[in-house]
Amino acid sequence: MLSSVRSLWLVFLKMFRKRVTIKYPEEKPYLAPRWRGRIVLTRDPDHNERCVACNLCAAVCPTDCISLQATEDENDRRYPEFFRINFSRCIFCGLCEDACPTYAIQLIPDFEMGEYNRQSLVYEKEDLLIDGMGKYHGYSFYEQAGVAVGVKPKGGGENESEPVDVRTLIP
Amino acid sequence: MNEIWVHILIIVCVLLGTVTIAAGLIYVERKMLAVWQQRLGPNRVGPFGILQVVADMIKIFFKEDWIPSFVDKKVFIIAPTIIMLSILMSFSIVPFAPGWVVADMNVGLLFFLAMSSLGAYTIILAGWASNNKYSLLGGVRGAAQMISYEVFMGLSLMGVVLQAGSFNLTEIVNAQKGMWFVIPQFVGFVIFLIAGVAETHRLPFDLPEAESELVAGYHSEYSGMKFGMFFVGEYLGITLVSSLITVLFFGGWLGPSFLPPIIWFLVKMFAFILFFILLRATLPRPRYDQLMSYGWKLLLPLALLNVLVTGAIVLSTN
Repeated sequence: MLSSVRSLWLVFLKMFRKRVTIKYPEEKPYLAPRWRGRIVLTRDPDHNERCVACNLCAAVCPTDCISLQATEDENDRRYPEFFRINFSRCIFCGLCEDACPTYAIQLIPDFEMGEYNRQSLVYEKEDLLIDGMGKYHGYSFYEQAGVAVGVKPKGGGENESEPVDVRTLIP
Repeated sequence: MNEIWVHILIIVCVLLGTVTIAAGLIYVERKMLAVWQQRLGPNRVGPFGILQVVADMIKIFFKEDWIPSFVDKKVFIIAPTIIMLSILMSFSIVPFAPGWVVADMNVGLLFFLAMSSLGAYTIILAGWASNNKYSLLGGVRGAAQMISYEVFMGLSLMGVVLQAGSFNLTEIVNAQKGMWFVIPQFVGFVIFLIAGVAETHRLPFDLPEAESELVAGYHSEYSGMKFGMFFVGEYLGITLVSSLITVLFFGGWLGPSFLPPIIWFLVKMFAFILFFILLRATLPRPRYDQLMSYGWKLLLPLALLNVLVTGAIVLSTN
């Protein structure tokens, strides 16, 4: 009986506490910098697509919502011919971001993706690509990689030595 | 002739006033529950969400009023009207201010007890006519609960009657000019409060409609305005019990003269309505056997003891 009266009093005191509700459309909630929201495709510092169409994101995706087709340009640089994410299936787990070897696919703090038409939730590459570098500034995969695809000559990358001439014995 | 018009005016005012307050309580309850749970509550329709009731009413009027094929149709239709009728009839004995009473009966309190007993029929009939296991269980629970709690609800009021020397509510209020009955009759007040909660089957005593166990209990099969009548009937019940607590224990319209009597009455009544909502925000529902043993083993002896002691004191002082 007394404990009931005590809890009545404690609940009454809640009246003077701060409200927990956020009036959402007028008042935006705080989103952490690493919030896993909408997925974007980023570009490298030279404004080229970072994606090399390795299919790792599509392979790791638990809901199979990513589909892409790899192709190559005139310099043998790989890029996706199309890159499609079905956001009506995406669960925003961020595994694709983890799997990506080139920091191309990234999740950003934006969740306001409501649509009236379900088909509008299928994002094509034009919808996914952003102009910036996302969370990793200055990183360019082909600057690090050994292959020459028009970004830099073979052996000209950062931390990369000249290729060994396998036809000579001189060190 | 003029007197009749005044009387009709009072009747219309009481009828419209109580029903409006009961409908407005839907908003008040949602807002206050939110306040006590650190939420905001309805705030979209109109300023501070005040028009929420209007929106709800428009919605409920446009809902399909469906009568399932397996119900006992006549009883099914009559059941929700009984709660509204019996509670609105009870309001006729409540004196809101000096002279503002529909029927100044000598047996006012007995009339209220009779009408609240009739209220049990709405639950029993609705549960029975719905022809549904959950509804029937709710109906059976409701019948048992209301009958057991009615016993000491009446007994708890006998202390007040003994002290005032009358069943007439106006005279009971006038008898409190010296001291409100809540002080000499504190035990009676607590018992009446608990019995009142059980009588209106509000939380924590909402076993007849326990959502987590019985879908919606006795009104599971109801929809549209028939459900709305149960809903408004419940709020009418809260208003009635609150106004009776005000009249019987807190001096009705009596109060310092800087406010008119009717305002004093409303202030006290709303304080108890808010207390009812606070009870809902706080307490969990007891188990059914706990409810029964609490009523029969604790509150009934206590009410009897209260009558005994009050009677002895009144007898010795006269």
